[in-house]
Amino acid sequence: MQHVLNCTPYFVAAWLFFCGLYGLVTSRHLVHSVISLAILQSSTYMLLLGIGYRVGGAAPVFVGIAPGQLTVDPIVQALMLTDIVVEAVVVALLLAMVVKAHEKSGCVSPTDLRTMRG
Amino acid sequence: MTERWRIRVFLVAGPIFLGLYCYAAMNLPAWGSYRGPYGDAISRLVVYQRHATDAVNAINYDYRAFDTLGEEFILFTAVLGVMMLLRRPDDVAMRRAKVSDEGKLSTTVRAIAGPALLVTVLFGLYIALHGQLTPGGGFQGGVILATGPLLVYVCENTKAFRRITSHAAIEVIEALGAGGYALIGLSGLAMGVPLFTNILPLETTGDVWSSGTIAVISACVGLEVTAAFLLVVFTYLEEIISGQVPQE
Repeated sequence: MQHVLNCTPYFVAAWLFFCGLYGLVTSRHLVHSVISLAILQSSTYMLLLGIGYRVGGAAPVFVGIAPGQLTVDPIVQALMLTDIVVEAVVVALLLAMVVKAHEKSGCVSPTDLRTMRG
Repeated sequence: MTERWRIRVFLVAGPIFLGLYCYAAMNLPAWGSYRGPYGDAISRLVVYQRHATDAVNAINYDYRAFDTLGEEFILFTAVLGVMMLLRRPDDVAMRRAKVSDEGKLSTTVRAIAGPALLVTVLFGLYIALHGQLTPGGGFQGGVILATGPLLVYVCENTKAFRRITSHAAIEVIEALGAGGYALIGLSGLAMGVPLFTNILPLETTGDVWSSGTIAVISACVGLEVTAAFLLVVFTYLEEIISGQVPQE
């Protein structure tokens, strides 16, 4: 049981991943696909922040704590920080593609987008 | 692939992946007993080496500055992509849309949104400029600052929003943010030291003007992120803001 509890963040990450993947697989609307992809991607935040966590670790901000004190891993936090902002803009880019796809082909279902037209 | 086949492939591949993932997760070190050496090394050295108290930003804008430059340009390119995809060709005939929001909102909304705008801008500037000391930095501060003009859009009307986010000015600010970051990195090369060396004086730890290039790069990123988010909003709302829609 202890072992299962120790793995909780990894299972939450898997749960988010499969929620997103299921949404992508069964998607009938391109906007729905884009949101599913964003959820799928957020599983990586959970996974990496879970790996970087450390019992008894302070936040990696050295105000009021000694420089040598045990902290949670600042590297994964730095990775996630940039990624969250970039993800928001990438979602905006994908939604712009959806708008254009609808304009060109008149459909918003991934199944109907069979052929590429220039 | 039809939807039925997509689900069949998912039902076969999903459990296989889940099994492998569970096997891998069970063999990871237990939660909370991370053993990576690099984070510890940086935690020990960051205050002495860079005079920055926030290790996360010291990594982003100094130790890993080259990677963050890449991320910054992903942001830049994605915004460029949104603008190119959604731009209207010049030869499309436009007509006035029926959208009309000239009227002002209720006094209550405007009375609350005014102070809220002040707080938002101050808070955004604070977060963007204190990244080297406390949690925050250019990315977070930029997002907060970008909500300022949106508050104006909510509580005033599109005319006021257009005055603030005049398109050309925002584009120049975004280019300044992205270019400034690259220039700070390159100026190290010009002085004969490796790319993204911290060339500015480090000053006293805990001071706003401490930690050398970390503070400057954070401010540049703040500019870039603010402009990027405003450009995305501006592009999406262009038809409403300009009041012109393409003729059918």
